[in-house]
Amino acid sequence: MYDTSDIRKGLKVLMDGNPYNVIEFQFVKPGKGAAFTRTKFKNLLTGAVVERNIRSGEKLEPANVDQRDMQFLYKEGGDLVFMDQSNYEQVTVSADLIGEAVDLMKDNLPVTVLFFNERPVDVTLPTFVFLEVTASEPGVRGDTSGNVLKPATVETGASIPVPLFIRIGDTIKIDTRTHEYVERVAK
Amino acid sequence: MILRGRVLAVDEQIAIIRGERGDARVPADPAWRPGDLVELEAEAEAGAGAGDEVGARRVRAYGGPPYPGPGTEVARLPRARMARLHDRARALAALRSFFDGRGFVEVETPLLVPSPGLEIHLEAVPAGAGYLITSPEYQMKRLLAAGFERVYQVCKCFRANERGPHHAGEFTMVEWYRGYAELDAIAADVEALVADVCRAASGRAVARAGGREIDVSPPWPRLTVREAMRRWAGVEVAGDEPAAALAAVVRAAGIEVAADAAWDDAFFAAFLARVEPAIAALDRPLILEAWPAPLAALARRTDEDPRIAHRFEAYVGGLELANAFGELTDPVEQRARFEEDLRIRAARGKARYPIDEKLLAALDEGLPPSAGVALGFDRLVMLATGAASIDQVLAFTADEL
Repeated sequence: MYDTSDIRKGLKVLMDGNPYNVIEFQFVKPGKGAAFTRTKFKNLLTGAVVERNIRSGEKLEPANVDQRDMQFLYKEGGDLVFMDQSNYEQVTVSADLIGEAVDLMKDNLPVTVLFFNERPVDVTLPTFVFLEVTASEPGVRGDTSGNVLKPATVETGASIPVPLFIRIGDTIKIDTRTHEYVERVAK
Repeated sequence: MILRGRVLAVDEQIAIIRGERGDARVPADPAWRPGDLVELEAEAEAGAGAGDEVGARRVRAYGGPPYPGPGTEVARLPRARMARLHDRARALAALRSFFDGRGFVEVETPLLVPSPGLEIHLEAVPAGAGYLITSPEYQMKRLLAAGFERVYQVCKCFRANERGPHHAGEFTMVEWYRGYAELDAIAADVEALVADVCRAASGRAVARAGGREIDVSPPWPRLTVREAMRRWAGVEVAGDEPAAALAAVVRAAGIEVAADAAWDDAFFAAFLARVEPAIAALDRPLILEAWPAPLAALARRTDEDPRIAHRFEAYVGGLELANAFGELTDPVEQRARFEEDLRIRAARGKARYPIDEKLLAALDEGLPPSAGVALGFDRLVMLATGAASIDQVLAFTADEL
């Protein structure tokens, strides 16, 4: 069990059967009053944020969660297969857990997989991925301002709006949270 | 000749070394960073004046190759924090001069004691055969009983499990007492002391908190706890109502509190939700006075209303800076309150500390009517320097050890 002195950002606790991650906390102690820790928790399954005051002396149950660095191997129907590089153990995860960013995933991409009671419940991608452009119409000559965008297909199949100067064969940096083009990467 | 000092500034060609012979300009080494401690062999005799250029070559940085341990940035503190430690030293000097000018004797009482204080919401740190003090109160009162009339102390106090933006488990307390004095004399001391220390830091009687300037020149506005609770929380506090009754009033004001909450928990639910934020928004300090007796374990009750005790808290910029009591001098009532505290501690499963019988004996032999106050020195430095967290005014936090 944890008590209030264990509370820190990233602590994983179980409340009402759900795993939560501590995202913010503040110690409060009025003169002559009882101390407590005002704590914000994020539900690891739903993303919902709740605030609770944990009194000194109150106990929190540790959540049986585990974060593992893994590598993306391949897609298999609606599932994705990852491998733990430390022990070569493989795990299959439904593509739904990843959401829209699934079309930015290239073989060997390093990710963090969160396990709750030994089951994978969340996959965190790196913020940025670097992908090669495989198809795009040539830009109109003369417009190099970068303000006008055109669609480009990258090696994983995703379609990303890019500036006109981007050509087939270029490698571009993409934000996995927004699917946005960030910059062209020098080779 | 050898030149030793720290790299004050460095670019591609020139570095300025501040050291034992003042500032010297030397050819730069590309590996240097500001703050590095270096030793040079200078070709010519270096003058002492700033800006003297000496032909030099780097012999070694004292640091040498990185030490193969965890982290190699151990010696570095942020510049802003180092500046605050200078301010802290000035604040301490101003504080001592304040008390010296008012005829106080500085005392040092033991930090390791058999009885650390029974206050329900404080936990002591065990040490050796006893505990580290949570406040020097008991021993300072024995000095008053022995015949001292004006004493002050600046000392470390220790409270287990307290850690936050305004709390450190080890912190510095300023505590002082006046014999034959009322609480008003202590309030005047607090006001003048805070103004003096702020002036020493910034030249003006202003404190800085949350990006605002707060005029701390005396006298400060005053408000009773009853009035503050009425005005800001819409809660009427008598001081002798049952806990359930107070909890009901608090809940009726739209504030969440458990039905079986203890009296003090019901009070603080309303106080923290409504009163503290309102105090924090004031543009002047506040002396919040006339506390309900259940929240004043070592204070005398007032003659006019025994439900109210001689206690005030001084707030500056929303920060609870000092707590003062018109001291309880009656050994019989003091023992009864100690025993009640022990009973509550036991009921709540908290550590049981021994009653300080020597304090009770000293009260019995005669403590003059007195008033005293404990003021958080780290918080005072925060206010004088505009620091947002107590960590910014400490040389090292517990996490950095």
